[in-house]
Amino acid sequence: MASPTPLQLRCCAASGCRSAGSEALQAALLAARDQLGGAAEAVTIKPVGCLRLCGRGPLVALDRSGGDGQEPSAGSTELYAELTPEQAPALLAAATGLGDELAAQRLDPAHPFFALQKAVVLEGCGVVNPESIDDALAHGSYAQLKRVLLECTPEQVRDQVKRSGLRGRGGAGYPTGLKWDTVALQPPGPRTVVCNADEGDPGAFMDRSVLESDPHRLIEGMAIAAYAVGADQGYVYVRAEYPLAIERLRLALKQARAKGLLGAGIAGSSFNLRLEVRVGAGAYVCGEETALLASIQGQRGTPRPRPPFPAQVGLWGAPTLINNVETLASIPVILREGGDWYAAIGTEGSKGTKVFALSGAVANTGLVEVPMGTSLRTVVQTIGGGVPGADGPNGGVKAVQTGGPSGGCIPAHLLDTPVDYESLRDLGSMMGSGGLVVMGETTSMPEVARHFMRFSVNESCGKCVPCRAGTVQLAQMLDRFVERRASLADLERLEALCRMVGATSLCGLGQAAPNPVLSTLRYFRQEYQAACREPGQCEPPDACLLQEVTP
Amino acid sequence: MSVHTLTVDGVEVAVPDGASLLDAVRAAGAELPTLCHLDGLTPVGACRLCLVELEGSGKLQPACATAAGEGMAVLTQTPQLREWRRMAVELFFAEGNHVCAFCVANGNCELQDVAVTVGMDHSRFPYQYPNRRVDASHPQFAIDHHRCILCTRCVRVCDEIEGAHVWDVANRGAECSIIAGLDQPWGEVAACTSCGKCVDVCPTGAIFRKDDTTAEKEAHRERPQLLRAARDQHQWQNQ
Repeated sequence: MASPTPLQLRCCAASGCRSAGSEALQAALLAARDQLGGAAEAVTIKPVGCLRLCGRGPLVALDRSGGDGQEPSAGSTELYAELTPEQAPALLAAATGLGDELAAQRLDPAHPFFALQKAVVLEGCGVVNPESIDDALAHGSYAQLKRVLLECTPEQVRDQVKRSGLRGRGGAGYPTGLKWDTVALQPPGPRTVVCNADEGDPGAFMDRSVLESDPHRLIEGMAIAAYAVGADQGYVYVRAEYPLAIERLRLALKQARAKGLLGAGIAGSSFNLRLEVRVGAGAYVCGEETALLASIQGQRGTPRPRPPFPAQVGLWGAPTLINNVETLASIPVILREGGDWYAAIGTEGSKGTKVFALSGAVANTGLVEVPMGTSLRTVVQTIGGGVPGADGPNGGVKAVQTGGPSGGCIPAHLLDTPVDYESLRDLGSMMGSGGLVVMGETTSMPEVARHFMRFSVNESCGKCVPCRAGTVQLAQMLDRFVERRASLADLERLEALCRMVGATSLCGLGQAAPNPVLSTLRYFRQEYQAACREPGQCEPPDACLLQEVTP
Repeated sequence: MSVHTLTVDGVEVAVPDGASLLDAVRAAGAELPTLCHLDGLTPVGACRLCLVELEGSGKLQPACATAAGEGMAVLTQTPQLREWRRMAVELFFAEGNHVCAFCVANGNCELQDVAVTVGMDHSRFPYQYPNRRVDASHPQFAIDHHRCILCTRCVRVCDEIEGAHVWDVANRGAECSIIAGLDQPWGEVAACTSCGKCVDVCPTGAIFRKDDTTAEKEAHRERPQLLRAARDQHQWQNQ
């Protein structure tokens, strides 16, 4: 372990805070420390990953007396928000007890935003320096990899993952242990592990934060997964829109290779693993697993029908394990604490914690990791603080969008729903990768549906006709509702085409593309009806529908 | 060789291992409309017309690209499937510019045929009238993208049978288009052997011989299968 530091400033250096000027702030802190001298010289200034409350960056955590590795919520830690480079001397003064000018920018660590979070995947996020493998090693990275290579058989590793009840965090929620078994039990031959870091949902930045904040955790998780399924090569497929994540991941891979934690004979064992980064080219559909594999192979990124599933026939025909960033980043903790420990968190069907990217009309924007089964109300109102400037029982929230363009809108009256795979699916939405977009009372639901449908129009790969042509027609139908020139017959056509596109599209993206429409129709149908011309003439509504729709 | 027995709309059939559900449907004497599928080319499952329902799971699978399995119960003509097939054909018509009256393939067009098969007499979706290109730079052939349904048969036959890979798909979504070479005029693509296989397999009048005018296109959609059988099994047409 690193020697305890009496005073340490942890400066967020992830994308959110960088866009708010954290680089300049850190440079100013270093300059001010040199200038001030004295007590300030003893202050360690360390770049770290995400400190969670992205909406109020740049953030700096001050560890007053504790050592390295203190939880951000520990009493000895203070968190300062919205700092400017000019405030660097004042921050150092606060650290050394020479002033308290910044009291107004000090956040309360007991605030529910921090206090209700449970850091599992994110435990190193905001604590370790993402660009230093020595710091990561000091915080326990690769310890589980070394241990399992020495002590465990691949079956034992898979058994722990099965016991943990971990399910895929990319959205679909397929049991991870089962997937690992499926790959491992294929006939002998080469295998590949692939990490899906093509996080494309609007409003989702969980995977980016993990990559930018704690890349070694992902690499360790991938190496353990490769060992458990018998793979000797792997790829991390990252979208090109994440330049900082790619840079840090590449650096981390280089460092891990130099330390003998990747490559041939890892940590003195006979286990070999070659890991590479593959950068996407700006296609949302490449987050779909078969399109992702095609893209890695250098082909056009379009999905293909399944079965066969990638676990049977994947990259270059070999059985391939594809897991999401958050799934793989959970693995080291599961092996350290045991599958049963992980399974004790969360609900019956959804174990462990889930990281959410909370954004939209909400007071506290940022990264939130909570146990599965936490109610949406807790996440949105207690942790998120509800809509700024609004009050009332639902805190001004009209709906919460989960799952991006594949998910749906959950209305405020269902905010007490626990967040787990089944509950969200039953509401016509889905867990998705973890983007939570909060919508205030003034949001028009047909407009929300059209926004997501236009996204699907732009991102459809064009391979199958329901998605390529159907989404175009759906977006045009939604135009009629947004522009209030629809008829009740349009409503019927809209629903019929939504069902057709959902049932007949080739891949999951096309199949889920109508979800934003269907879920807003389910809970906000009156907004669609109000957009129809002369709705009063259609009583009972069925009368005119039958006339206009029957061919 | 092992054999799988399954039922297609209640009719029992036996097909060899490796056969597709489409083979099984045909073995049962049933018909399924297809557009992207062509015997002899790798199936892609893109047109969604041959979707069938697997009884019990309720899942829809493209018959052309799904392997037949033991004990499957396949439904090909549920009212829901028929309605969705018709909608898919309507979407094809609405997204391009398909005007049969002066099309080179009139009377010999698979899109026209499936429209008849599924009973589509008009499109309930508004026509998009896209503004697409016509490339007549090749000395013998031409491609009219307005009539293209993006089945990718030309891409596959050129790659898999002729080995020239002149064709590919560019862009995405509704902007997708078939391109020659590196999005060059067809006539400038040196890789093209002018074999005419893409003309033979095109289901519509999108790729045609310049010699042909309205309703004169003759396609030879059986040729990929004949060539593949000749190569793989050394079975020749004249033997």
